[in-house]
Amino acid sequence: MTYILQQILNALQLGSIYALIALGYTMVYGILTMINFAHGDLFMVGAFFCFLIAVYLQLPFLPTLMLTMFGVACLGVLIERMAYKPLRAAPRVSAIITALGVGLFLENFTLALSPYPKNIPPLLADKTWMIGSVTISSLQIIIIALSVSLMLILDFIVQRTKAGMAMRAISWDKTIVPLMGVPVNKIISLTFAIGTGLGGAAGMMYGLAYPVIDPYMGIMVGWKAFISAVVGGIGNVRGAMIGGFILGTVEILVAAFFPSTYRDFVAFTLLLILLIFRPYGILGRPSPQKV
Amino acid sequence: MSAKEKLLSVSNLNVAYGNINAVHGVSFDVAAGEIVALIGANGAGKSSILRSISGIIPYSGSISYKGKDLKQTAADFIVALGIAQVPEGRGIFGNLTVMENLKLATWHRQDKENIARDFDRVFTLFPRLAERKHQLGGMLSGGEQQMLAVGRALMSDADTLLLDEPSMGLSPVLVREIFRIIAEINKAGKTILLVEQNANMSLHIAQRGYVLETGRIVLSGTGQELMGNPRVKEAYLGG
Ligand SMILES: Nc1ncnc2c1ncn2[C@@H]1O[C@H](COP(=O)(O)OP(=O)(O)OP(=O)(O)O)[C@@H](O)[C@H]1O
Ligand SMILES: [Mg+2]
Repeated sequence: MTYILQQILNALQLGSIYALIALGYTMVYGILTMINFAHGDLFMVGAFFCFLIAVYLQLPFLPTLMLTMFGVACLGVLIERMAYKPLRAAPRVSAIITALGVGLFLENFTLALSPYPKNIPPLLADKTWMIGSVTISSLQIIIIALSVSLMLILDFIVQRTKAGMAMRAISWDKTIVPLMGVPVNKIISLTFAIGTGLGGAAGMMYGLAYPVIDPYMGIMVGWKAFISAVVGGIGNVRGAMIGGFILGTVEILVAAFFPSTYRDFVAFTLLLILLIFRPYGILGRPSPQKV
Repeated sequence: MSAKEKLLSVSNLNVAYGNINAVHGVSFDVAAGEIVALIGANGAGKSSILRSISGIIPYSGSISYKGKDLKQTAADFIVALGIAQVPEGRGIFGNLTVMENLKLATWHRQDKENIARDFDRVFTLFPRLAERKHQLGGMLSGGEQQMLAVGRALMSDADTLLLDEPSMGLSPVLVREIFRIIAEINKAGKTILLVEQNANMSLHIAQRGYVLETGRIVLSGTGQELMGNPRVKEAYLGG
């Protein structure tokens, strides 16, 4: 029982990180029907921003988080403006290749500046509590609470604000939205800013939970988050959150009962099976767009 | 008509999609308070003209509104200047509620009280929409969607409405209803550029009209004149 509770806590921690990253994939897909394959690397950049801010500015946790999110958001907007926007009318494959190229650029640029893995200094006094025989660390609580809060804020923005309404409208039919007086490019930039900002936050939290960071850390985590988004139904914000938690849970459970080398294999197999039965993901809609 | 009265003026408009020329050197104008009908068969270039005015496709030639050149103006700003379009096929956001569809069109507006007044007006004009406020746009019938599309254009508080085949796909009763409403909106002060294949109804309510064939204006005149024109009679009014 204790063991299970402990694992649930671990699953929530990992799942919330996947969910935060998955949101970036799904938001960009929702608005541009494009997979931003550089997103995993933006997550990695988030971890490095956090490292730089923590080491050189020595700011406390919250300002570090804000700066990290802001920095990654700016980078995301810049990438969209410079690399993706000129290709909006081009064939889909051009945008995909460009995104992969941007990802490689980010990895190698980081590698050039930081050839060796780095350690993020602890930003929080690491307290642990024992409840019964379940160990809870303050970091774990903060990661889960922060991720869930960010997701609730995002959900509010998408469902309840005017900008969120515009995002949903764009995901339905981008060509009609300018006729409503809505500046589509600004909304697309805002979407990138929010999506990549969340990815940056995830990078920071991942870096705090597993403190050794390197330029390639975004690849595997990025794939997993992407798969989470697909499992939840790509383009659907709540789906991405659900997908992230599902993948986190599956991974932790597999690692708990099988040798840990089986983890990714079993996890991905289960997800593939799920997609056979629900090809559009859990909350995805079968025929996207238009009536 | 003096130049001063021209609210919207299109001159020497050309639109091409790749190497297909859809509109060739079209010029016309619309004065404040008018209903002007643009009549033409499928593929004549009617929608392309409206899309150019709204600034959502590239074109050559010039379009000005209230004396301002629209070519350098972004599409969203054209709405703020006072031109709203009800696009072909209605363009309802099926994943947004009726209320949200209407609200989205108020994007550029700050005047809270007037927005509330306009909501009331739209719901008075289209009681069906009031009943369906919280339903998703995609769940509405075709007629209801058309009402929502017109209501949305009204919510943007534009002085000029570009209507692209508002009667398309509606039953005869609803067609009459929608034309009655267009005339009513016009009486209340809106200028209207009406694109239609239903020449009969539109020339009835329009002060003036233009006939478009394969991207060129081939005839123009008052609604009465055009209805009496043998060529129009034969091609558009069923002999
Ligand atoms: N996106 C596009 N790409 C290529 N060609 C297009 C495009 N849109 C329109 N055309 C072509 O331009 C010409 C004019 O089209 P347009 O939609 O303006 O006509 P229309 O008068 O509105 O016709 P309808 O009554 O069928 O709506 C047609 O030959 C059409 O095939
Ligand atoms: Mg048309």
